[in-house]
Amino acid sequence: MERPVLTSKKLNAYFGSVHAVKNVNIEISANNILAIMGPSGCGKTTFLRCINRLHELTPGATSNGKILLHDKNIYDMHPVFARLKIGMVFQRPNPFPNLNIFDNVIAGYKLNGLKLNKVNKERIVEDSLTKAALWKEVKDSLHKKGTFLSGGQQQRLCIARAIAMEPEVLLLDEPTSALDPVSTASIEELLHELKKNLTIIVVTHNMQQAARISDRTAFFYMGALIEYDNTKNIFTSPKDTRTQNYITGRFS
Amino acid sequence: MDVRLKYRVVKSKLVQVLIIMLAFTITLPLLLIIIYIFKEGITEINWAFLTQIPKPVGEAGGGIANALAGSLIIVFTASVISVPIGIMGGIYFSENKNCWLSNWGQISVDVLQGVPSIVVGIVIYFWIVKPLGGFSAFSGSIALAIMMLPIIIRSTEETLKLIPSSLKEAGFALGIPYHRVILKIILPCGLSGILSGVLLSIARIAGETAPLLFTAFGNPYFSTDISKPMQSLPLLVFNYATSPYEDWHKLAWGAALILLFTVLLLNIITKLTTKKWNVQF
Repeated sequence: MERPVLTSKKLNAYFGSVHAVKNVNIEISANNILAIMGPSGCGKTTFLRCINRLHELTPGATSNGKILLHDKNIYDMHPVFARLKIGMVFQRPNPFPNLNIFDNVIAGYKLNGLKLNKVNKERIVEDSLTKAALWKEVKDSLHKKGTFLSGGQQQRLCIARAIAMEPEVLLLDEPTSALDPVSTASIEELLHELKKNLTIIVVTHNMQQAARISDRTAFFYMGALIEYDNTKNIFTSPKDTRTQNYITGRFS
Repeated sequence: MDVRLKYRVVKSKLVQVLIIMLAFTITLPLLLIIIYIFKEGITEINWAFLTQIPKPVGEAGGGIANALAGSLIIVFTASVISVPIGIMGGIYFSENKNCWLSNWGQISVDVLQGVPSIVVGIVIYFWIVKPLGGFSAFSGSIALAIMMLPIIIRSTEETLKLIPSSLKEAGFALGIPYHRVILKIILPCGLSGILSGVLLSIARIAGETAPLLFTAFGNPYFSTDISKPMQSLPLLVFNYATSPYEDWHKLAWGAALILLFTVLLLNIITKLTTKKWNVQF
């Protein structure tokens, strides 16, 4: 097996005294989509937020263990550098309401104070929106505020904003749970395209979605990683009875 | 059944009429004040009134140019002092909700808001006017700045608390450092609320007389030196309205109308900016 892009080693995360993520070891290889599923409160979102170090911003939240990006521990980096390499898309679309669509896409550059010339700006905006399958719909209204778009379009705008920074890893936290089926389908297709250049980790409540889009699937339960395998194996021949119970709908 | 239904309809109508009457009663005092001051003051207002300084007793004419310029300078200086401090304080309180400094700070702000303006005036008299050896417009500005602070801090804090934390996280996830998240995302999103707080605080202190009695003191001549006593609109109204001269009473009415008009205008501008700059989440 080729060397993994992202490795978590003995990762533990806490909210005060609550042990939310328990000793998770996982390896993710390049250009794969990893789906993380599990019942509510199983620590999957917390795990995701550990990867780009958003977890530690919650008051009282702590974590230990290692997360390696290639062979560098992100806990030894400045969080800002880690977040530049590891983009994130949230459950609810959150475009910046004070910026128009154009500026939303390059917000990572603009708000970081990184100077871009006009040609580069326009290239990045068009590229990112094209990759996010939104360019055709918004190319004539780039000066409008991002919040005028529909929910699905806003979420694709957020994906464009994340990939504009050219991260190596893209984290998505239930990216379609606030969207209608049509928007959901378009975002799932989009992920298939994006994995050519990216490694993607997606948290989802929706098992069908995990089965449709992912190469590998991890099942979390009560903060622990129960099973991690090729998606096909997880859904056809799970080894752990808890995984089996979950995918057959015996608990949720 | 039918009778009961009719009774309920009638009762609903009665309550509706009562509420409309009460709503009208609230606006009535304001309307009466505006009409009365307008009637008394409008005859005074002309170009000379706005551009000349008051004439000595017995001479007809004269204006309030010194008070207009003085009010402008004193309020502007007060804003320069309190707006940055107030906004930064508001940011601190909205960002740090549960630390002891924030809790104490918030209590202090509440108490400061309740301190009578005359007390602020006396304190500034002992702290600034006496050590510096004389009344000055600058000390008046400091007294007004203290009165403005709690309003700006509170409105900034309340505005920023309403901004969804998801926007902050979106900024962090793009690798934007904390100070830039605050400056480039949170502040622009709260701009309309902060701006309206600043304008309201200006409207609130523009008519304050008590803190200026011991500080800016007043001045019958035109002065733009903030280290010297300076005239202002509320001081002029206070001094001239309590004088025994009919000419000065007229001047006071005119100045009161200008003051009232300015405060009304500030309130209207506040409403408009809030609408125009409002950011939809």
